[in-house]
Amino acid sequence: MSGAKEIRTKIKSIQNTQKITKAMEMVAASKMRKAQDRMAANRPYARKMRSVIGHIASANVEYHHPYLTPRPDVKRVGYIVVSTDRGLCGGLNTNAFKAAVASMKTWSEQGVEIDVCTIGKKSAQFFGRIGSNIVAQVADLGDSPELAKLIGTIKVMLDAYDEGKLDRLYIVENEFVNTMTQTPSVTQLLPAEPDVDEKLQHHWDYIYEPDSKTVIDHTMTRYIESLVYQSVVENVACEMAARMLAMKSASDNAGDLINELQMVYNKARQAAITQEISEIVAGAAAV
Amino acid sequence: MATFQVDIVSAEAEIYSGEAEMVFASAEMGEVGIAPGHTPLMTRIKPGEVRVRTAEQSEDLSIYVSGGILEVQPYVVTILSDTALRVDEIDEAAAQKAKDEAEASLAGKSGEIDYSAVQAQLAEASAQLQLIKKLRK
Repeated sequence: MSGAKEIRTKIKSIQNTQKITKAMEMVAASKMRKAQDRMAANRPYARKMRSVIGHIASANVEYHHPYLTPRPDVKRVGYIVVSTDRGLCGGLNTNAFKAAVASMKTWSEQGVEIDVCTIGKKSAQFFGRIGSNIVAQVADLGDSPELAKLIGTIKVMLDAYDEGKLDRLYIVENEFVNTMTQTPSVTQLLPAEPDVDEKLQHHWDYIYEPDSKTVIDHTMTRYIESLVYQSVVENVACEMAARMLAMKSASDNAGDLINELQMVYNKARQAAITQEISEIVAGAAAV
Repeated sequence: MATFQVDIVSAEAEIYSGEAEMVFASAEMGEVGIAPGHTPLMTRIKPGEVRVRTAEQSEDLSIYVSGGILEVQPYVVTILSDTALRVDEIDEAAAQKAKDEAEASLAGKSGEIDYSAVQAQLAEASAQLQLIKKLRK
């Protein structure tokens, strides 16, 4: 019965791993549902915000905000990279980083410098390792991210844009298509390209209190914050979906492995029995 | 009486959406009351009560918002509420914290980080910060 005991131990340990991956799969599934609800809760605000910005863009405003005015020459661009805090979620982060690096490469080939702002531990680790210029970072947002925790990092990037240090600002995020699919995307945040409302054409302006600059500045900041917040919330849903899938395939693989080992174990056991019988028979014949 | 659409939303939830006859809010420069057909207006609002007068109910609906933006279009009033109290100093502190975090990843023990590169970035980040401080003064 050589090796039978080892095989049994191995099966046992794989079974334990399978239990863990199954549990993680179920946890991720329930968290994903909550994350999707949060995504839905954020949608009305994002929609309203977009329409307000659209109104500002279509009004005949006295003050044109820098966030709405494209800058012709680009010297330095900023990237906000949204990632997860924890691993074991398949290729989610890797795909997003690939998209980010590809986009960064096209800029750096034109001699443009790049600043990175990381959200989530994984992107901080990755961009730290490749030696990017990380100007701000935030991590440990948890499963229900709060807008308040993001304000600081966003402000660092917006301030840099205000001062003219950055000429473009991008956000790298995962889009939640469905449970099976999450696609990474690189979206331009600044200068913003609002949806102009054709019905409200250029012959009116708001009354501003206290004045147009203060109010529009304030609104634009909130607009960018809401976009980043939305990406972060969406990324949580992506993370949970990706983890659920990864853990499901891990459980399946563990099942396959156990079946194979069980087969090997049975064969070993059978071989041992056969050998024993033949020994006995041979012994009896000799007598 | 004429009514108009009122939407009160925050980044984390939709607070109120419906028809109203009148909306009252404490804008930055004083209390405002918005009736249907109001001229386009945009203002920041202070943390406090927003009252919505609807046709169905005799009493005004009272909603607390922690500051935000009030936008008036002739047939729709939108209040984009903040999720928490926001003060410039706190924002500044948060920005500082985000930079410190980048700095702290240096002190972290994960040996995978290219220390010399991060050190250079750090110098630049602190230089930027000093400039921001100067510009703020």
